[in-house]
Amino acid sequence: MPERDHLTVTVQRGGPDAPMRPQTFEVPAYDNQTVLDVVSWIQQNADPTLTYRFACRVGMCGSCAMMVNGVPRWTCRTHVSKVLDGNAIEVGPLRNLPVIKDLAADMDPFFDKWVAAEGMHHPTRTRDDAIEAIDPVAMERQEANAGIECINCSVCYSACDTVAGNPDYLGPAALQRAWTLYNDAKDADRDAILDAVSGKGGCHSCHSMGSCTTYCPNELDPLSAIAGLKRATAKRFFGGRKG
Amino acid sequence: MKVARAHPLWLAYLLHRLSGLGLALFLPLHFWVLSYALNDAAKLDAFLTLTEIPLVKLAEFGLVFLLAVHLFGGLRLLALEWLPWSAPQKTWAAAAVAGSFLVSTTFLLQAI
Repeated sequence: MPERDHLTVTVQRGGPDAPMRPQTFEVPAYDNQTVLDVVSWIQQNADPTLTYRFACRVGMCGSCAMMVNGVPRWTCRTHVSKVLDGNAIEVGPLRNLPVIKDLAADMDPFFDKWVAAEGMHHPTRTRDDAIEAIDPVAMERQEANAGIECINCSVCYSACDTVAGNPDYLGPAALQRAWTLYNDAKDADRDAILDAVSGKGGCHSCHSMGSCTTYCPNELDPLSAIAGLKRATAKRFFGGRKG
Repeated sequence: MKVARAHPLWLAYLLHRLSGLGLALFLPLHFWVLSYALNDAAKLDAFLTLTEIPLVKLAEFGLVFLLAVHLFGGLRLLALEWLPWSAPQKTWAAAAVAGSFLVSTTFLLQAI
């Protein structure tokens, strides 16, 4: 049995048309309960107009991230007991993104920056060519592998104070994607990647606060990826172009 | 909603910024006092007697603290961004620098 019967859950409600305001619900407490379970209980039992987003419920799709007691988290894999503050939880929409309604943040700026950071594949071959052999132990491949488990949940983007202070900043996820592709032997346009990340709002805007790495639910390390881009762009600037 | 961000790297960032700001505010004063060495030595000596006051000594301690924090914070950032090391390597490097600083400062304090 849980120690408490009920949780006091404060949910931030509102959107572009209505100012954000907190609304408090009493939610039954269970032994095994995620923050997403709590939000779902409210929507199913207390207020069907509550808006939030989720899909897979197993930490793969990256759609259920929200602010939980001031920290961005993937709510489907966040156990209530881990984040309870006394007997209370406060849930809000992801920071640094426009709010569509209640707990659903507009992810467009996040994905637009993904593209702006040249986070797209630049093929080296056509579909008619043989598949390129990749050496799994090569240093570059190890660097690329370190970032490929990103689920685009925007937790790092939401955690980043540089994003909060500089709307042009591409953010940790997009830059980590750029670093992953930069290290991918199958990517044909590394210069395009470095061009995209070395301008205004690029990797050099990062202040190395490390909130991205601290809060990444998949334990990825965008901070080190951005440091890699800083080195690569600086190396290119001083003429030491990577082959 | 109040944003929770007090993790070690963020605090290190804050400390680096605040110490840098403190030093930036101190430097013009420092150069202004130093200028008396060229223009008015007697005035400089008179000013330096202020350093005997306990409160000024305490402020000097604060200044050295700001300088040390900013120096090591800067070295930390340089290592973080320019050396493609793993996290444990960086921790060991930081521990080695801190340890050698402790030993060398101890010897220096014994020497003077």
